[in-house]
Amino acid sequence: MQDLERIQKRIYPPMVEGDHTLGSVSDKIGDVTLKKKTPFHWFIGFGIAFMVAQLLLFAVVTLLAKGIGIWGNNQPVGWAFDIINFVWWIGIGHAGTLISAILLLLNQKWRTSINRFAEAMTLFAVACAAMFPLLHTGRPWLAAYWLFPYPNVMGIWPQFRSPLIWDVFAVSTYATISLLFWYVGLIPDLATLRDRAKNKFFKLVYGALSWGWRGSARHWHRYEIAYLLLAGLSTPLVLSVHSIVSFDFSVSQVPGWHATIFPPYFVAGAIFAGFAMVLILCIPLRVWYNMKDFITDTHLIYMGKVMLATGLIVVYGYAMEAFFGWYSSSQYEVFMVKNRVWEGPYWWSYWLLIICNGLSIQLLWFKRFRESPFWLFMISIVVSIGMWLERFVIIVTSLNRDFLPSSWAMYSPTIFDWSMFIGTIGFFFTLIYLFVRFLPIISIFEVRTLLPEANVHGRQQDFDESVLEIEYTYERTDAPNKESEG
Amino acid sequence: MEKQLYGLMAEFDTATELVDAARSTRDAGYKRTDAFSPFPIHEIDEALGIKRSILPVLVFFGGITGLLSGVSLQVFVHYIDYPLNIGGRPYLSWLSFVPPSFELTILLAGFTAVFGMLFLNGLPRPYHPVFNVPRFSLATREKFFLLIEAADEKYNYDETKAFLDSLKPQEVFDVEE
Repeated sequence: MQDLERIQKRIYPPMVEGDHTLGSVSDKIGDVTLKKKTPFHWFIGFGIAFMVAQLLLFAVVTLLAKGIGIWGNNQPVGWAFDIINFVWWIGIGHAGTLISAILLLLNQKWRTSINRFAEAMTLFAVACAAMFPLLHTGRPWLAAYWLFPYPNVMGIWPQFRSPLIWDVFAVSTYATISLLFWYVGLIPDLATLRDRAKNKFFKLVYGALSWGWRGSARHWHRYEIAYLLLAGLSTPLVLSVHSIVSFDFSVSQVPGWHATIFPPYFVAGAIFAGFAMVLILCIPLRVWYNMKDFITDTHLIYMGKVMLATGLIVVYGYAMEAFFGWYSSSQYEVFMVKNRVWEGPYWWSYWLLIICNGLSIQLLWFKRFRESPFWLFMISIVVSIGMWLERFVIIVTSLNRDFLPSSWAMYSPTIFDWSMFIGTIGFFFTLIYLFVRFLPIISIFEVRTLLPEANVHGRQQDFDESVLEIEYTYERTDAPNKESEG
Repeated sequence: MEKQLYGLMAEFDTATELVDAARSTRDAGYKRTDAFSPFPIHEIDEALGIKRSILPVLVFFGGITGLLSGVSLQVFVHYIDYPLNIGGRPYLSWLSFVPPSFELTILLAGFTAVFGMLFLNGLPRPYHPVFNVPRFSLATREKFFLLIEAADEKYNYDETKAFLDSLKPQEVFDVEE
């Protein structure tokens, strides 16, 4: 029997550690928002994030007053920090939807305790991302008729054959659906907070936000259908968003952009960057708020594995880019590869990228690094930098030496480019800190379903035991095919 | 009975007890019943005799609406209202209409899923008689409740109360209107 338990632990590692009951789960997660005093480190972190966010204010105000000439991009590098940062942020957002939708459809139980803040991260990252295309128009108040098809007095329409308009539709749909998904997931938890709040004001606010949820079986029935349908709808959506972002490049004719590998390679890169950001957020969170029972080491190990897998796809993408350049036999494509990798002035950015995204993740092959939160955190930061560099390499090195040597020029960002970029990071963490303070960071009702007492006695349990017996036989006989099929 | 009652409610400690009680309630012939739990329990649908929701059908038509509006918008703009020759490509270049149509399909289907769910559930509804039971606030925490409405054909205060007592609940409450 002890063997059986050991195997059970290996095959199905517990997703909730410690002795938790339905009530204690509600208390532990809900109290962060409701009862506990706001910890001192929250004020420090929030203060720093909020101060950094002021850089964004500075950059945006100057931009609106003076125009986009304050940025460093100019011919031939007409697109630079605005699109680099847009793609970087939107990529980070992808992990949230992957965790909440795709892993739900795949019945991965470990998504349960990380989906809530991963979705919040998605929303905030998309908010940061959306700022760049909007503000790079220079006059965002006019962007309404540039971007959205509404009948206006000038009688003109957006150009639907342009990937940039596809992008508008993809990103705005993505933001809307992510918000709905997140909010639907919050409703039962907000009801829990409503019923636990002692303070009249919070009772009222959470009561209003939970829309009178009362946990009726009929409601749960429709709720679960809606949740599953949303997951099914978000799955192709999330894959389409970064594919369409990659069309911004690949539909054009610029060497270095015009490649069919772009959509899958961008999607893998997005998930890679997103999981890095989830790890950056959850490793400190689980320590500060003592959530190790719910975000266990197993969760971190799984995320590390996803990062390794998607990272390898990204590295394959780099290899294919170079291969495409050579195999095309087009002198411009061949030149672009040489320019990017060793001949051009930005060769260092390419090799930094390879170190950050290609080499650093190789550590994740080893158990020692996967199981160490410190190393996972470090690798995640390196990967985040690497994914930013990836967009820098794709955009700047493809543009700075174009078809006409007389127009070649170097690109360097100005202080406004940097302050807008760093400002969005501050803005992102400001929102994260507010979220952590006022909403449950882990989905309470979904964690309840992981507890043994959530099982209705009978079928399910018997089934699990029989599966275990099979796995046990498998282990003992080393004969995978016959009896184990059972 | 003087006071107007909405129904009777029994409290249970575990999901298993709730499902068993719900099954007996249905066997006893009660129809206007409901169960409340802090998390979704799949077995309760069958136990209470909840029919599968029409929501997926609505979502399908929501998606179709999105698809049709996406296609017709772009055909109208680029083929009827403002045909623009770009590099000699056809006006009806339907391939490039795919991404926006796809996104609108997802958008409207998603809206239908969420707002359809809330609408069918009768939410938002800040007040409901079940909230009159003080212990009901535990329904979003750790306890399980079974409700028989007074509007049920078989409902009779004494008999229903005796019936609920026979299910061995923690307690049986009167739910005031």
